[in-house]
Amino acid sequence: MPHYTSDELRDLEEKARSLRITCLEMIHRRGAGHPGGSLSAAEIVAALYFRKLRVDPKRPEDPDRDRFVLSKGHASALLYAALAERGFFPREDLEAWGELDCHLQGHPERLKTPGVDMTTGVLGHGVNIGAGLAMAGRLDGRSYRTYVLLGDGECQGGIVWEGAMTAAKYRLDRLTVIVDYNDVQLDGFVHEIMPLEPFVRKWEAFGFAVLEIDGHNMRQVLEALDEVENIHDRPAAIMAHTVKGKGVSFMESRSVWHGKAPDAAELELALKELAKGAGGGRE
Amino acid sequence: MRQELGEVLRAYGGKNERVVVLDADVSSSTMTKLFQEAYPDRFFNVGIAEAGMVDTAVGLALGGWIPFVSAFAAMLCYRAFEQIRTCVAYNRVPVKLLAGYAGVSDYKDGPTHHSVFDLAAMRAMPNMTVVTAADGGEMKELIPAVAEYDGPVYLRVSRADIPYTDMSGEPIAIGKGRIIENGADITLIAHGVPLYRTLQAREILAERRVDARVVEMHTLKPLDAELVRRCARETRGVVTVEEHSVIGGLYGAVAETLIGETAVPVVPVGIRDSFTCTGPSPESLWDAVGLAPQAIADAGLAALEKAKRRS
Repeated sequence: MPHYTSDELRDLEEKARSLRITCLEMIHRRGAGHPGGSLSAAEIVAALYFRKLRVDPKRPEDPDRDRFVLSKGHASALLYAALAERGFFPREDLEAWGELDCHLQGHPERLKTPGVDMTTGVLGHGVNIGAGLAMAGRLDGRSYRTYVLLGDGECQGGIVWEGAMTAAKYRLDRLTVIVDYNDVQLDGFVHEIMPLEPFVRKWEAFGFAVLEIDGHNMRQVLEALDEVENIHDRPAAIMAHTVKGKGVSFMESRSVWHGKAPDAAELELALKELAKGAGGGRE
Repeated sequence: MRQELGEVLRAYGGKNERVVVLDADVSSSTMTKLFQEAYPDRFFNVGIAEAGMVDTAVGLALGGWIPFVSAFAAMLCYRAFEQIRTCVAYNRVPVKLLAGYAGVSDYKDGPTHHSVFDLAAMRAMPNMTVVTAADGGEMKELIPAVAEYDGPVYLRVSRADIPYTDMSGEPIAIGKGRIIENGADITLIAHGVPLYRTLQAREILAERRVDARVVEMHTLKPLDAELVRRCARETRGVVTVEEHSVIGGLYGAVAETLIGETAVPVVPVGIRDSFTCTGPSPESLWDAVGLAPQAIADAGLAALEKAKRRS
C-alpha cells in the first residue's frame, strides 16, 4: 500500500478546499444547486480525480479508463468543478452552468459533458449501473475499476439493494461503492426521515466488503481506495462518515442547505471560512 | 412466439458476440433460457428486479455490449419506466427491451400481467423506437434488425403462437411498414399480432365487395408516415388495429399523422380505455376486447360509411 507523504496529503486537501470554493461560487452565480452534498464529498472526489482514477482528459472515451458514476447526481457542481480542474473542459464553462446553450446541465449528462460517465440525477441508479459497467469490463477482460458515489438518503430506495445483490452475486470485485454518509437529506436528518442503521451491517449482509472511514480525512480516504484494490472476491463499500455542508459552519449538518444557493453575503462569509482552511480534517 | 424468440436470440447470439441477455426470473417463460444454455457467460438472471435489471443493462451498454433485457411487458414497461426514461432513453444507450407476454397474451394471469397502454408510454418517450412482431416469422427478422439498430428499442413480444403471414415480398426495415395485401377501397393498418385477424377481416370485407388493403406496421415509432399518407390518398378510409388501448398507440400515431392533412376517416380497433380480464385463451380474449375479425371488418364498413357521408 502506498505511503502518502504529508506534502501529497496537503496538496490533495488543498484540491478539496479549492473544489468547495468553486462549488459555492458556481451555485451562487447560478442561484441554484446543492451545496450541502457537494461540500460533504469534496475529499472523496478530490482523492478520486486527482489521485486514483485512471482517466485522460484527452481521451474521455478510452474504453480502459476507470469509471466514476455520481449516483447522487445533484452534487453536479462538485463533479463539474473536478472535471474542469482535471482538464476535461475549460474552467470558463463552469460560469455558464445551467445556461440554455451550456453543456453543463443541472444534473450530469453523459452525452453533453466530456468526462461524465453516466447521466444521473434521479437517485438510486448508481449501484446497478456500476454493476453493469463492472460486468462489461470483466466480459471484455479489461482491468478498469468502477467507482459509484452514493448519497446516504438514496439508499432508502429499494433499487440500490437490487444493484447490491447483483454486484454480490457476480462477485464484482472491481466495483467500489462509496457512501457519502452525512446523515442529512432534503427534509431533515436521515436517521429521522427513514433510518438506515445498521448501515454497515446492511452492506455486509448484502455481500460487500465494508470499510468505514472519516470521509474528510484525506489519508483515510486514500488508504480505503487503495485497500479495496486488494479485495478480489466481492465488491466493496466504503462507508464515509461525512458532514453535510462541511467547511462552512452555517451550512454544516443543516438540511436547509441541501438545495439552496448562498446569496452574496452568505457566499462571502463561506469563502472567508474556507480561506482559513476550515474543512479537511488532518489527523 | 416465445419459442421463436428464444431460438432466434440463440442463433443471433452465435453470430453477434457483443449481445448479452438479462432476464428477471422469467427465462423459462420468455425462452431466453435457450440463449443462456448456449452462452452462459453472456446471460445474467438478476431475479425479480426489473428496475435494477434495466439499469444493469445500461452499465453493460456503456461498456460496449448490446444488452437484450427480457421480462414481461407489464413489469418491464410499468415498473422500470423511470429507469427506461432516464438511463436508457435520455442517456441514449443501445439497450433492447424485450417486452414479453405483451398485450393480453398472458391470458391465464389476467389484467395484472396484461400490457395495454405500454405502447402509448413508450411512444411518447424521446429517443425510443417501438416495434412489435406480428408473428414468429417476423420475430426472426426483427431480432437482428433490433440488435443492429442504433439506439434503444422497445420490442413487444407476444406469448401466443400466431399463424404466420407471408411477408417475404419485402425485407424488414425498422421504420418501414409493409403492404401485405393490396386493395383499393380502404386500408387496414395492423400493428403486431392482430395482423392475421386483420387479414381474416379482409376476407369478410371481400364478401361484401369491399377491397381492403392490409398494411403491416411493425414499427410504431418512428411511424412510416409516408406510407400512411399514401394509403389515405389511395383509399377512402383507414382502420387501425392494435392489441392496445385506442389511446396513444397506433390509432394515435396514425391520427396524428393524418389530422389536418386529409378528410379520410380513421376508425380505431383496439381496447377501449379499460382494464382487461382473464380468459381461457388469447383468441377468446382478443374477441372479447374488440379484436374479432368481424369487429375489424365492421370498422372497415364504418370507415366507408363515414367517407360516404363526407363526400
